[in-house]
Amino acid sequence: MNITLRVWRQKGQDDEGRLATYKLTDVSPDMSFLEMLDVLNEKLTLEDEDPVAFDHDCREGICGACGVVIDGEAHGPERTTTCQLHMRSFKDGDTITVEPWRAQAFPVVKDLVVDRGSFDRIIQAGGFISAPTGTAPDAHANPIPKPDADRAFDAATCIGCGACVAACPNASSMLFTAAKVTHLGMLPQGQPERAARVVKMINQQDEEDFGGCSNIGECAAVCPKGIPLDTISQLNRDLLGSLGKGVG
Amino acid sequence: MANSTLTKKRSTAYGSTVALKTAMAITGAILVLYLIAHMYGNLKIFSGQEAFDGYAHSLRELGYPMLPENGFLWIFRLVLLASVLIHIYAAVTLWARARRARPAAQRYKVNKRVARSYSSYTMRYGGVLVALFVVFHILHLTTNDIAPGGRSDSPYERLVNGFQPEFWYVTLFYVLSVIAVGLHLRHGIWSALATLGVNMSRRQGMLNAIALGIALIVTVGFLLPPLAVTFGLVS
Amino acid sequence: MSENDFFIEGDPIRDEKAPEGPINERWDKRRFSAKLVNPANRRKLSVIMVGTGLAGASAAATLGEAGYNVTSFCYQDSPRRAHSIAAQGGINAAKNYRNDGDSIHRLFYDTVKGGDFRSRESNVYRLAQTSVEIIDQCVAQGVPFAREYGGLLDNRSFGGVQVSRTFYARGQTGQQLLLGAYQALERQIAAGTVQMNTRHEMLEVVVVDGRARGVIVRDMVTGEIETHFADAVVLATGGYGNVFYLSTNAMGSNVTATWRAHRKGAHFANPCYTQIHPTCIPVSGDYQSKLTLMSESLRNDGRIWVPKEHGDTRDPRQIPEEERDYYLERIYPAFGNLVPRDIASRAAKNVCDEGRGVGPSGLGVYLDFSDAIGRMGQEAVEAKYGNLFDMYQRITGENPYEVPMRIYPAVHYTMGGLWVDYDLQSSIPGLFVTGEANFSDHGANRLGASALMQGLADGYFVLPNTINDYLASGPFDAIDESHPEAVAAKEQVTSRIDKLLSIQGSRTVDSFHKELGHIMWEYCGMERSEEGLSKAVELIRGLRAEFWRDVKVLGTNEEFNQALEKANRVADFLELGELMCIDALHRRESCGGHFRAESQTEDGEALRHDDEFAYVAAWEFGGEDSKPVLHKEALEYEYVEMKQRSYK
Repeated sequence: MNITLRVWRQKGQDDEGRLATYKLTDVSPDMSFLEMLDVLNEKLTLEDEDPVAFDHDCREGICGACGVVIDGEAHGPERTTTCQLHMRSFKDGDTITVEPWRAQAFPVVKDLVVDRGSFDRIIQAGGFISAPTGTAPDAHANPIPKPDADRAFDAATCIGCGACVAACPNASSMLFTAAKVTHLGMLPQGQPERAARVVKMINQQDEEDFGGCSNIGECAAVCPKGIPLDTISQLNRDLLGSLGKGVG
Repeated sequence: MANSTLTKKRSTAYGSTVALKTAMAITGAILVLYLIAHMYGNLKIFSGQEAFDGYAHSLRELGYPMLPENGFLWIFRLVLLASVLIHIYAAVTLWARARRARPAAQRYKVNKRVARSYSSYTMRYGGVLVALFVVFHILHLTTNDIAPGGRSDSPYERLVNGFQPEFWYVTLFYVLSVIAVGLHLRHGIWSALATLGVNMSRRQGMLNAIALGIALIVTVGFLLPPLAVTFGLVS
Repeated sequence: MSENDFFIEGDPIRDEKAPEGPINERWDKRRFSAKLVNPANRRKLSVIMVGTGLAGASAAATLGEAGYNVTSFCYQDSPRRAHSIAAQGGINAAKNYRNDGDSIHRLFYDTVKGGDFRSRESNVYRLAQTSVEIIDQCVAQGVPFAREYGGLLDNRSFGGVQVSRTFYARGQTGQQLLLGAYQALERQIAAGTVQMNTRHEMLEVVVVDGRARGVIVRDMVTGEIETHFADAVVLATGGYGNVFYLSTNAMGSNVTATWRAHRKGAHFANPCYTQIHPTCIPVSGDYQSKLTLMSESLRNDGRIWVPKEHGDTRDPRQIPEEERDYYLERIYPAFGNLVPRDIASRAAKNVCDEGRGVGPSGLGVYLDFSDAIGRMGQEAVEAKYGNLFDMYQRITGENPYEVPMRIYPAVHYTMGGLWVDYDLQSSIPGLFVTGEANFSDHGANRLGASALMQGLADGYFVLPNTINDYLASGPFDAIDESHPEAVAAKEQVTSRIDKLLSIQGSRTVDSFHKELGHIMWEYCGMERSEEGLSKAVELIRGLRAEFWRDVKVLGTNEEFNQALEKANRVADFLELGELMCIDALHRRESCGGHFRAESQTEDGEALRHDDEFAYVAAWEFGGEDSKPVLHKEALEYEYVEMKQRSYK
């Protein structure tokens, strides 16, 4: 396959950035999208041109490090992570535009690499159960109905890649926050901190300059892990409950 | 990149994006209920001038003599006005936050809608259009300051005068605006339900159907009277 | 001391910390004898943690909760991305919730036997004891393990053991366990007990007066070379499988932290012990950057075969039953497709070497579900393996419900690592090593679902109960960046970076890495021979010289420079690779995942030599361009009788 790439190049956070065009020949349909970028980088390096920076690590769709916007879609045309997208999803002769996640809360580090530390800080604000090591009762002390455990698991599969923010017209991180609120809120262990957790996480999310949710559903549509949109409704319910109790 | 700098400034969740959305949902719900009542009144036009004008007049006397004449109407208007103002305030604030969350300089060069419906896509500018329309609509049919077909004390006549075939442009503007309202409701009702925490995976289809149904009913319900006038079915 | 062409044999060593006495009392004994640190004094003591996987995040969180001052580093943009997250299968614990005869002793026994009698009894017993607490801890944190309809935890049998002791969270157990540890860590970051530094890569350890006192790290965004000091340093930096270039490891997984510590005096134990996982998706082309593992649970229902005829390129569906060779069922009728990982891997390699491999590269065997689909129905197969089938289809573009899957072995885990004593302290006082980065608990072969167990055992329960014994003699003298050792360490880092950037040769870093990987896979992979390993040592030395003459790294240090990051890592892999080959060369026996061509039984099975090789090979760095020094730690088995494994 022959491919024309338009790749976002930006030296650093304060640089303006631009789209640069590169041509690649002999692209195999079995290559992953990131392997195609590897090939581009080998070529650029041998031509004394700065290789394109992009985040990636496990390359099996679970670490959440990779993620670029491909032709306007977060992680590209398939519902998976960028590392699990393969070139067979494109056609010979295609022009493909590659951009970083764009959001104030995800400043560009270089080229396609962004800083997602804001996600970590949302978790710091309350995305945990306080269970210091050694304090745990026996694992069977608390049976959990299977439907609750399954729903908690579905929400817990979030990989923190940030595609939800990238795709949201408001650059909102609601699906990310809601996934954690739902995961912990479905479990009996999560109950003591439930009312305070959602308030702290929402406040942190707002302070990181993420936008508000307008229930458009773009986030869930691009989520490579299929985090359900209704987790956002669960978060809203929890938050309204907290506000009602005066936990603000 | 040390990320151990948790923001110490603590905003209150009462002013959070979620709280603002909740305010929009509640005020939006009030306005939707009002629209349904308003539509019901409009359809009285098909029962003739007497029924229509009688209905309009009865609104002024609702609650009388417990309340002074027009008392209920004014309370009603104040609630509506407050709802509209809160709705707009929250919308503008959230709009500003969304712009801050992705400033103009950070727009994507290539955009693609994956899940967005046309109605959600047009929420904001559609909302502005609806607000402008409401102003025109009050000047036209409530205060009658704008009266293309002649002023009248009879609400029935104001309506019939306003939508005569020669004022096709008034009718056209009205039709477009009502469609904008319909689109606004299509996404707005779904969004309000989701914001108020009603959405669950298995209900998602049903909630969307409810939103679509109400939006369609309201749109058709509001389009029938003026079109009936324009096409001479009501005179 | 004796010397040969490749190494010098030094004095034997032993683990001075392991207590004596009945095995089930040793951990209690050690916890009692270890000096404690008064809670009020803990905040005066500092610990550097490198790595935030299961072993690193759990230890950082636990030490933070205890009140120590922890500074943590990871090279990823968030601690949540450490490669522990990719573990699929599960985590073992001797809970005996199934009432099927499991016990701490049985888990201990299975692990020692599975490790082919090359691990320490004391360590493995402690691991089995601790396994029980791990599950409790994780459940309390909200890890959503699979449950049954009664609301209790589900268990499955895994990796050929006869009891159901594996806890799991669908195929994402590692992810859920890591997120539990990550959340505990973030909680401590918010509490101020842990200072987290993401996108920081450790490039050197600072040793002052014989104690590990700090690290040199590079801020991967700005390029700044920073010096950090503490009273103790803990490396939880994972394994070195990427020395093979293609492995199931993350792209960034590297040996630099442990290798730099090795060069500063820490012994590197059993470097040649690598685990090759039999069920990975085969290589599709030379652009391939990594190999994807599919859970070995697939072997429970899939049948493995190759054509009987060499070079048979027919569509597998056209090959009649009688022309197929279900070789595992043929050679190992008792265990069939469920033989342990090392045996399944080597058998696959053998049939491919015979020219009967399938797929475009000839490096693959079929894993066929048509019998299972016929027996259970497609729906049942889908319910059980649907996510794995989807993953396979996404990567290969082939539908495994219709066409048999193709699989091939891939490097998955490294049992070797820095030598540590019972306290997890390396041969440098004050330098502790946890998780896959140390060598301790798996011997020559790791059983399924035991890596997660070891990482969390080390991090939550072992290290936090042993490091105090060392810290109790602290705080040590304050030092600053002007200390000669700190200056020298920083200088080593900067001069190496300067050198890498100044060569401006003609080959990319990846091209060297790929070549090294080929050498390692060919000569130091599943099957090794005296001749091949000697050749590999020569090839690696040549490649290393060429690397330092001809590598091309663009850009500067003072920027986000991924090529420079890679170059630093590959430079260390080029040194490690040689030591791995030397270790493999000296171990003239087949054991665990390591098959030595010269040491096999008459019917071609692995032959161990317990009389000669029942020891840990701990290698001391001999100096630049000098031979490494071998220290043997003898292994004694009091509780498990040493037996040759047989799966026939």
